[in-house]
Amino acid sequence: MKKLLMASAAGLALVGAASAEEIKMGISLGFTGPLESMAGPMAQGAELAFKEVSDSGLLLGGDTIVPVRSDSTCIDAAAATAGVERLITVEKVNGIVGGMCSGEATASLQNVAMPNGVVMISPSATSPALSALEDNGLFFRTAPSDARQGEVMADIILEHGINSVAVTYTNNDYGKGLADSFASAFEAKGGTVTINAAHDDGKADYSAEVGALAAAGGDALVIAGYVDQGGSGVLRGALDTGAFDTFAFPDGMVGQKLVDDFGSEIDGSFGQNPASGDAGRDRFLELASAAGFDGTSAYAAEAYDAAALMMLAMQAAGSTDPAVWKDKVMDVANAPGEKILPGELAKALEILKNGGDVDYVGGASVEMIGGGESAGSFREVTFENGEMKVVGYR
Amino acid sequence: MDILNAFVALLNYVMIPATAYGAQLALGALGVTLVYGILRFSNFAHGDTMAFGTAMVILATWGLQALGVSAGPLPTALLALPLGIAATALLVLGTDRTVYRFYRREKAAPVVMVMVSVGVMFVMNGLTRFVIGVDEIRFDDGVRFLISAREFKQATGLSEGLALRGTQVLTVVTAGLMVWALFWFLNHTRTGKSMRAYSDNEDLALLSGIDPERVVAVTWIIAAALATTAGTLYGLDKAFKAFNYFHLLLPIFAASIVGGLGNPLGAIAGGFLIAYSEVSITYAFKKVLGYLAPEGWEPEGLVQLLSTEYKFAVSFAILVVVLLFRPTGIFKGKSV
Repeated sequence: MKKLLMASAAGLALVGAASAEEIKMGISLGFTGPLESMAGPMAQGAELAFKEVSDSGLLLGGDTIVPVRSDSTCIDAAAATAGVERLITVEKVNGIVGGMCSGEATASLQNVAMPNGVVMISPSATSPALSALEDNGLFFRTAPSDARQGEVMADIILEHGINSVAVTYTNNDYGKGLADSFASAFEAKGGTVTINAAHDDGKADYSAEVGALAAAGGDALVIAGYVDQGGSGVLRGALDTGAFDTFAFPDGMVGQKLVDDFGSEIDGSFGQNPASGDAGRDRFLELASAAGFDGTSAYAAEAYDAAALMMLAMQAAGSTDPAVWKDKVMDVANAPGEKILPGELAKALEILKNGGDVDYVGGASVEMIGGGESAGSFREVTFENGEMKVVGYR
Repeated sequence: MDILNAFVALLNYVMIPATAYGAQLALGALGVTLVYGILRFSNFAHGDTMAFGTAMVILATWGLQALGVSAGPLPTALLALPLGIAATALLVLGTDRTVYRFYRREKAAPVVMVMVSVGVMFVMNGLTRFVIGVDEIRFDDGVRFLISAREFKQATGLSEGLALRGTQVLTVVTAGLMVWALFWFLNHTRTGKSMRAYSDNEDLALLSGIDPERVVAVTWIIAAALATTAGTLYGLDKAFKAFNYFHLLLPIFAASIVGGLGNPLGAIAGGFLIAYSEVSITYAFKKVLGYLAPEGWEPEGLVQLLSTEYKFAVSFAILVVVLLFRPTGIFKGKSV
């Protein structure tokens, strides 16, 4: 009995000591599931920012950050919710980088994070539906909404002199959101959408989809899908039957795999994906390669930014309580203030400590608009002679 | 009125893709129906047997390509096919020895066998991924297009293109040859006749001295050959991805049940019926009708009966109707 008492006393002492100096932060990403290849570098990006701050010893009273990972699976909302619940109720985190995909992020935000008053900053959920979501000021994202991508894509297509397109999208929150926002933007700018049809991923045959798209016609085909899923299937079918010669690819399709698989068959097509051409991105890539992971992997920079914003907001608010620091996220992300690039978090903490103001730029040119989402900068690419060429940023 | 363009559009987007897809389904359904007819259970592992067989063919194809062997205008995979069939036959014979034989001796109920095959499906699924990975693999070489859409337009001056891929012709021709060989084997050889006898009446067949283990082994080898060929043709025509073969299982089962489980002829008819209904009922007839309609009468809407998301619903609606009115399938199969 005596031993037990001593052991529990020692345990209590340990817990007490730990909570005074260590801040736990959650990382809820899809480590297994359809985007598992992206989740690793994203988590490493977030942990890189946490480590940078811990090492600086400048956060609040020299606090250190302990990141806790949780698997959101990207497609299973129940699993993601359970994971976030564990982060909040068991690990007692003060903020969460995540979720990864729009549907799962919405579910865990509404079911767990909002009732418990914990902030979530998603690096990669891009559905336009999240902009209008009632979030009590607890949800932010460092990735641009697809509503913005829809606008950018509409501009790019019209600038190519194409006024009528067929649209096919992958049948989920991402695909439908992007296709709808693109269609309304394109029609508002005077273009015509001949058909806006879904395709399901992982199907055996896409002849039916290609047939319907071809029958509707149009000067180009917009494929709002995934390059390693049905998007490639539809593209292959459209190329083989000669239904379309020109294609417009949003972020789910633009990647090295597209070039590897289709080569010069897609010459003359074009696309765009979120990426910034600023100095911040180069700085982040250097940091990432020094830390031993691939910083060019999609949304890794956004994950770093999400983690950095949380800690800067804590410093600005002088508190680790999400209910307090949630109001500071927009302040540290936007002007006025000293511009902060990746690797300069110590400097930012110092400025905030002395009552100054910072404008966090980070690896993905963060500029928060509206209800707390990135304005977003996009990279426009074209495909020529079997290669992907960057045309510019917008 | 422009009948020629309308016909070419229909040919290009409905008839050719549906025929190739139908041939792939028919070969798959033949394997399912053969196992059902002789071993008396629905083999859910058939889709993943196809995936495994194709993976073996791909490995052999890479080997042949490394050696510099090619089949000229035909895909190298055709040369690798026998190796793939052999490897797959070994796998299914091994599975039969270690798993199915036990339940056969127990005289397990068909539903137990079905559950066993679901287990085998998951194991094969994992095995294929371990061997070749989960990524999409393209392994077609040789001549890709017999007629390409652009050349066809230039040559004929029509506004509609017609594309005919080498793999599509190859699929239909190979499927035809396989079906002919299977029928010849079942009708004219001693082993084929003993298989049919075993299928018709097991006890009578045993009394007349037919070795059941031999019949079972031959059935598995033929099923492996059909699965590997179907899988390889599908992979050549589209692309190989282990997960897609799992999805292929649904239309294959629909095809064999619609045709009549256990009836080889029904499997072929079912395959084409499912493929044509999937492609044509969800096809938007705007273009075709636009060519056929008199000036000024072209339709403005898509003239689409159902959106393409519902293409699977079409196959299953047919399946339900057939089961309601002809429970044994269109061609009289065994009752399910």
